[in-house]
Amino acid sequence: MPRAVVPRPRETTARKLSVFLSKHARVRLALLLSAPLFWLGLVYIAALAALLVTALWTVDSFTGKISQTWTLDNIVTVLSGSLYQAVTLRTVGVALLVTLIDVLVALPIAFYMAKVASPRAQRLLVIAVLMPLWASYLVKAYAWRSVLSQGGIFEWLVKPFGGESPGYGLPATIITLSYLWLPYVILPIYAGLERVPNSLLEASSDLGAKTGRTLRSIMLPMLWPAIIAGSIFSFSLSLGDYITVNIVGGANQLLGNLVFTNVGAANNLPLAAAIALIPIAIMIVYLTAARRTGALDNL
Amino acid sequence: MTPATPAIRLTGLTKTFGAVRAVDDLDLDIAAGEFFSMLGPSGSGKTTVLRLIAGFELPTSGTVSLLGQDVTTRAPFDRDVNTVFQDYALFPHMSVLDNVSYGLRVRGMGKREREERARAALDAVALGGFGDRKPSQLSGGQRQRVALARATVVQPKVLLLDEPLGALDLKLREQMQVELKELQRSLGITFIFVTHDQEEALTLSDRIAVFNNGRIEQLGTPAEIYEAPASPFVASFVGTSNIFDETESREMLKLPGTNSIRPEKVTLHPPASTPAGGTISLEGTIAEVIYLGTSTRLLLELAGGKRLTVLEQNASSRSTGDRRAARVDARFAASDIVQLAAPA
Repeated sequence: MPRAVVPRPRETTARKLSVFLSKHARVRLALLLSAPLFWLGLVYIAALAALLVTALWTVDSFTGKISQTWTLDNIVTVLSGSLYQAVTLRTVGVALLVTLIDVLVALPIAFYMAKVASPRAQRLLVIAVLMPLWASYLVKAYAWRSVLSQGGIFEWLVKPFGGESPGYGLPATIITLSYLWLPYVILPIYAGLERVPNSLLEASSDLGAKTGRTLRSIMLPMLWPAIIAGSIFSFSLSLGDYITVNIVGGANQLLGNLVFTNVGAANNLPLAAAIALIPIAIMIVYLTAARRTGALDNL
Repeated sequence: MTPATPAIRLTGLTKTFGAVRAVDDLDLDIAAGEFFSMLGPSGSGKTTVLRLIAGFELPTSGTVSLLGQDVTTRAPFDRDVNTVFQDYALFPHMSVLDNVSYGLRVRGMGKREREERARAALDAVALGGFGDRKPSQLSGGQRQRVALARATVVQPKVLLLDEPLGALDLKLREQMQVELKELQRSLGITFIFVTHDQEEALTLSDRIAVFNNGRIEQLGTPAEIYEAPASPFVASFVGTSNIFDETESREMLKLPGTNSIRPEKVTLHPPASTPAGGTISLEGTIAEVIYLGTSTRLLLELAGGKRLTVLEQNASSRSTGDRRAARVDARFAASDIVQLAAPA
């Protein structure tokens, strides 16, 4: 039986280039990574360095221009000023409460999504969790302003039970931030739960553990990294927020507000930079603690 | 409790998933101390039966009794049965010792005593020095042993094994088969073993239930299942069979119904020789010769176009010349023929 001849590939320039690249792994790697590495260096590292450097400069109080004389004054002000200490504590408190609420709300939702719902309901729930992320941040914050307003939906809901709206203030800020960051907490926990095989839960029950015991001894330890991963989102996002507190927080100020005022109205960029170092320092502490739990392998 | 009380009794057990009847009106008694295998292809319902006994699934109807006690609606943690899972299901965040002692811990046993017992259980599966390791640091065979130790340390009445050897390579599997059998003898408890590997089931079991479509096709000792398969399904699933349908039986074997003959019962002879009395002789041509080491499998094309598989032991190193296209007579004793189904 005669066989049809399969033609050899033609020696085009593109083919020669491919042959060259497949033989030279280092050249290939360099071409692949140089552009993103340059971008990362410029945008990320350089911007952070600029922040640090700016914090060490000062502002000429007469002309309002930045004078590039090196001083630690801004850092000292931020660390010793009672205003900054109070705002820092308030901000950390808000961020911790938001994180706690989000984790407590996310756990049962994620559990239902990963272990109980049918595949179809599971897909719908993932979409439902992601849907709020399609809407503008501002719209959502203002929506909560109207929900929590006097005569708003919240008041209408709780009034029959003798409750009343918290009004604008820190509670409203915490509620709104919890709502805003909830998807970022649900998704990692959901992903973490998906990775816990059902057979482990069955094995625990098979060995005589009641449901509570299984949750404590098997589920929670295995889920811990995912919870930490989710909490990093809610904690860091709350730490830097200033818009929500402006919209529903009444007169309260968080660290972000201080940065914003100093950049704008007060025209003191070096001080703003020094304040901005506080959340960075807190996040470094938080991430270091999180790393110990192995949570960063789960991102 | 009388000695006759079965370890497990299933009555009218049915489990449906949507429109699928995974287990269909099953009645089964498994005696105490028995090594019982449930054999069948995937989707035949054998694993579902195991999960119903363990309590991971609730039956649609029917009951599960354990040593005469109805446990149908009891939670898994409330039943005196333990499971060795197909994927072992070892807790990855716990050490091997903590894994094995987990069942004792949830029963409230003190730390010293439970670790002592867990160590003894690990010694029993030859993993004495491995207590401090994590499951991820063990090989597949070692994980398998940890799973066995973890399930047996709580002294269940019945041990359920869900294809526990499926993920192991051949040598290790054969070794584990021997160890399982020894373990079952030394513990004296009932083993219910789910497998799709017919050889494994034949080697290990006191009795085998062959599953197909949620029902038991045949229940019996390994020899009964192999020598006297009750249906074409069993004949072809357990070992290899040459099955003659009704027409072929009538024309070639002069027998009614559907019949089968095992390949190793057939011998090949030169065409000219005369067959002994009581044998059936079929003329054919050798189409394919497959060398298997201990034996040789030959594929014969018979006169009517039917293909016959023949298994020859390689007892002596006979001539290895190419026998393909040779004309031979395939002969077998009429008494070795098994009727699978009566004439329709």
